[in-house]
Amino acid sequence: MTFSFLKSAPKAATIAVLTSAIALGACSKKAPEELPPPPVNTPAPTATPTPTAPTGPAVGTQGHFQNAVGRSSVIYFDTDRFNIDSSDAAALQAQAQYFARFPQLTFTIEGHADERGTREYNLALGERRANSAKNYLVSLGVAPERIRTVSFGKERPVALASNPGAWAQNRRAASIIVN
Amino acid sequence: MKTTPFLTLLAALLAVSNPLHAQDLGEPLGDGGVVEDISIAGEDQVSEEGGAEDDGPLRGTVTDESDWEDLGIAIPAFATDRDRPTPANADGTQALGQEIARVITANLRNNGLFKPTGPDSLPSPTFPQITAPAYSNWNGRGAEMLVHGYVRARGDDRLVVGCYLYDVALQDELIREGWVVRPADWRRAAHKCSDLIYARLTGEDPFFDSRIAYIAETGPKDNRVKRLAVMDSDGANHRFLTLGSATALTPRYSPDYSKILYLSYVDGNPRIYVYDIGSGQQTLVTENTSPTIAPRWSPDGQHILYSMAVAGNTDIYRVPVSGGRSTRLTDTPGIDIGGSYSPDGSRIVFESDRSGTQQCYVMDADGTNQRRITFFGGRCATPEWSPRGDQIAFTRIAGDFNVAVMTPSGSNLRVLTDGWQDEAPTWAPNGRIIQFFRTTRNAGRSSLWQVDLTGRNERRLPTPVDASDPAWGPIRP
Repeated sequence: MTFSFLKSAPKAATIAVLTSAIALGACSKKAPEELPPPPVNTPAPTATPTPTAPTGPAVGTQGHFQNAVGRSSVIYFDTDRFNIDSSDAAALQAQAQYFARFPQLTFTIEGHADERGTREYNLALGERRANSAKNYLVSLGVAPERIRTVSFGKERPVALASNPGAWAQNRRAASIIVN
Repeated sequence: MKTTPFLTLLAALLAVSNPLHAQDLGEPLGDGGVVEDISIAGEDQVSEEGGAEDDGPLRGTVTDESDWEDLGIAIPAFATDRDRPTPANADGTQALGQEIARVITANLRNNGLFKPTGPDSLPSPTFPQITAPAYSNWNGRGAEMLVHGYVRARGDDRLVVGCYLYDVALQDELIREGWVVRPADWRRAAHKCSDLIYARLTGEDPFFDSRIAYIAETGPKDNRVKRLAVMDSDGANHRFLTLGSATALTPRYSPDYSKILYLSYVDGNPRIYVYDIGSGQQTLVTENTSPTIAPRWSPDGQHILYSMAVAGNTDIYRVPVSGGRSTRLTDTPGIDIGGSYSPDGSRIVFESDRSGTQQCYVMDADGTNQRRITFFGGRCATPEWSPRGDQIAFTRIAGDFNVAVMTPSGSNLRVLTDGWQDEAPTWAPNGRIIQFFRTTRNAGRSSLWQVDLTGRNERRLPTPVDASDPAWGPIRP
């Protein structure tokens, strides 16, 4: 209700793809820290239902986060840039409010680049983007210890075509709930 | 029957607790065999042994700009003194002699220099003819050069391979050499013979007896499986070194082939590992929680360059291969990354976007005297210093991505390829050929290619699956 959902149009429609890509991400295959936590660690969902998702996914899941913030779980960048523009700022404010409401949650920010860059440079660029998003969230009051960053460079695109529209969707920093 | 579930459980537990498996590592490759030089008999060995026959290159030095010549070379099957069984070939040493000649023919054909004719369309010389060619049989076949050789199974199971190069018109031996190899290393003898011929005829340094580390790719574009793999310079003896559960990227062979530096996401973060080829074990390049990327060796193999992102800012560091303290070489707020040493180890060419876009810079090996060398309008990425020192190859980004070369001062820029996305050049050991990987638009398929310095002789390297990030090692000892 107080959340801001404003986001520019071309960034739409990536969320569903993104969610499944994350779930299938090769690197998360065996990593135990990415599994959902045991139920004892989370408040009983029925006891504290969230206004936006009364019967949806539990707190501590990516689904719950995305139900709450909508498209704002991902921010996008211009070619070779890593600055936070006004729409990124609005999205990160929505994320910050969510993380303020659920202070027990930790999360990872994945930095990504489009395919039109060399591999190593893109890994460094993804680092920059993830850290830009992290620094902005920290400036909004999210504790830095709650935020892990990781760069995937151009290794994990969500839009698979080779055109400017697809590249714009792949230049992103995505927040992923750990627990 | 009762023990079966227990054994299954035990096997499962063992599989889980296997530390190599947990690190995404496959079976170790083991240490390679040694190729031993051996003196072999020639046509008139008594009078010519130690003579001044090998008095330098036959046809002068091939320069960057000159096209290769079409020199006809006949390469009939290598003979054997007695057809004997060998682990190198199920059909014995005679069949092996045919195979060796095929490998040499493919090597010499695939580089655009020569016009070789292989054993499948030539008569096979007898064993005595190897040191006394029947020149009359070879005149009129369009071959100016004739390669002869033999393979002999020694009592200790090792193979003796002799290699001879004759000038058909002069009816004279130009050079000969012999090697003793384990049966498993028979292809190395074929590569050594190819190198002998190549070096004798061009005056250039050899390059065939070398290996390539690269990344094997499978799976859909948004979830590629990327495994560390190695192969000989001609694609043979292919092996996967990692299992594929963790993304592997950007390998680099150590100068002595004992180790491979590469990036792995095995702990969920991009980190550089030092993989030991003999033992199949790996260690982190530096104990640090920050991500490390873009590993490189110093020419003497004593130091490692790596790039590390601290709070989002990437700089280049150097660490002794034996471990110890890292030295930071760059300190700008931009991305400083990669780095390739000059062959004498005194300077490093690297990539930085401190000016606003990716450009190439040169610095002294201690990090001083950093200066930009590229001003051509596009972007300069992944610079690699030639083993000869006279050129720097790089990814030129100006619309499309192409492989280009320039001098170490940034002058005489020449674009060698014209793919949509050609990336990450790596030099042949002799600095005459460049390998790179090419990615197709939309599909995202990747493959290895090589091109010579004229830009005219370009070809794709066969790999079992898609391939990227090639890294060409030096000539094997």
